Amino acid sequence: MTKRESNFINMVLTLFIIALISSSLLGVVYEQTKGPIAKVALEKKTKAIAEVVPAFDNNPLEDVRNINIDGEAVTVYLAKKQNKIVGLAIDTFTLKGFSGLIRLMVGILPDGTINNTVVLKANETPGLGDKIQKSKSDFSDQFNGKNPSNFILKVKQDGGDVDAITAATISSRAFCDAVKRAYKVYLKEIKE
Amino acid sequence: MNQWQNFIKGFLKENPVFVLLLGLCPTLGVTTSAINGLGMGVATAFVLVMSNLVISLIKNLIPEKVRIPSFIVVIASFVTIVDLVMAAYVPVLHAQLGIFIPLIVVNCIVLGRAEAFASKNDIFSSILDGLGMGLGFTFAVTILGAIREALGAGSIFGFKFLTSDGMLVFAMAPGAFMVLGYLIALVNRFNKGTK
Repeated sequence: MTKRESNFINMVLTLFIIALISSSLLGVVYEQTKGPIAKVALEKKTKAIAEVVPAFDNNPLEDVRNINIDGEAVTVYLAKKQNKIVGLAIDTFTLKGFSGLIRLMVGILPDGTINNTVVLKANETPGLGDKIQKSKSDFSDQFNGKNPSNFILKVKQDGGDVDAITAATISSRAFCDAVKRAYKVYLKEIKE
Repeated sequence: MNQWQNFIKGFLKENPVFVLLLGLCPTLGVTTSAINGLGMGVATAFVLVMSNLVISLIKNLIPEKVRIPSFIVVIASFVTIVDLVMAAYVPVLHAQLGIFIPLIVVNCIVLGRAEAFASKNDIFSSILDGLGMGLGFTFAVTILGAIREALGAGSIFGFKFLTSDGMLVFAMAPGAFMVLGYLIALVNRFNKGTK
């Protein structure tokens, strides 16, 4: 069991060869998994859009607008039925979550009413903040059918109309913030 | 030490979590439910076996002074493969485990076994060691996850057996420390008893 000598050439060569083999292996795996990963992401998005807007017959993934709001680009998917807009699926977000980023898909009807919401990504505390998810509690259902023009998107402690999740006020506030951003996008989109 | 010993020692006598106390960051972080623990354990076990195999294969070709970077590159490659494959074929579990999959790279169990075992032993023993340690880790995090899920959410592997929510503290970090502490005590009692 003789180890190779640790001289400069040996070290450089060994690391080079190892890095070369690893990277080519990773390249192959990446090519193999690229398709399925993209498919999963697309399916998730399609499912979320279908959940938040009423029945449509176009492909919202191809009817996309990018709206700039407060310096951030937000993607809006238009759902149409017989060429009439039936709802906007807005891929909104907030950075005010208890664990940072929360991404929501918010469906808004042409008259401004919130139709439904789906959490796309959140790392809120299990058992507390993760109740923003539909599967964990009915917190997010209280937004459905409300129009932000007469429904203040703030938790009750802050003078709004939203019942916060017990012991998860920060997550509740963040959720409101994300929905509010979606509504701002809606207002801007309607104007245009 | 015979081959059976190389394999079985990872379960109790040298269990990476309960006895060696290695890799506690993912241990405490992902064990909020039994299925998370199991997924994390299997991913780590795969990386352990593959990196042990490769490192014992190339151990004589690597100059002493660059062995750690070489090991890390090998380990990181396998972790990235696991990460990509999981993202493609088990997206739900991948989303749950999140940042902890890439973090297997810095899981000290993997580098620890590479440095302490695979770089000094033949291929077959190294595979057995990786398998034993990997399954031992899987066993430990699954038990930990199952207990925390049972106490914290009132369910096991997602099946609810309590109608209430359970004790929240066990779903969070303090509960992880408590359960881990009791399990370590238990395993120590068992190991001492068998001596």
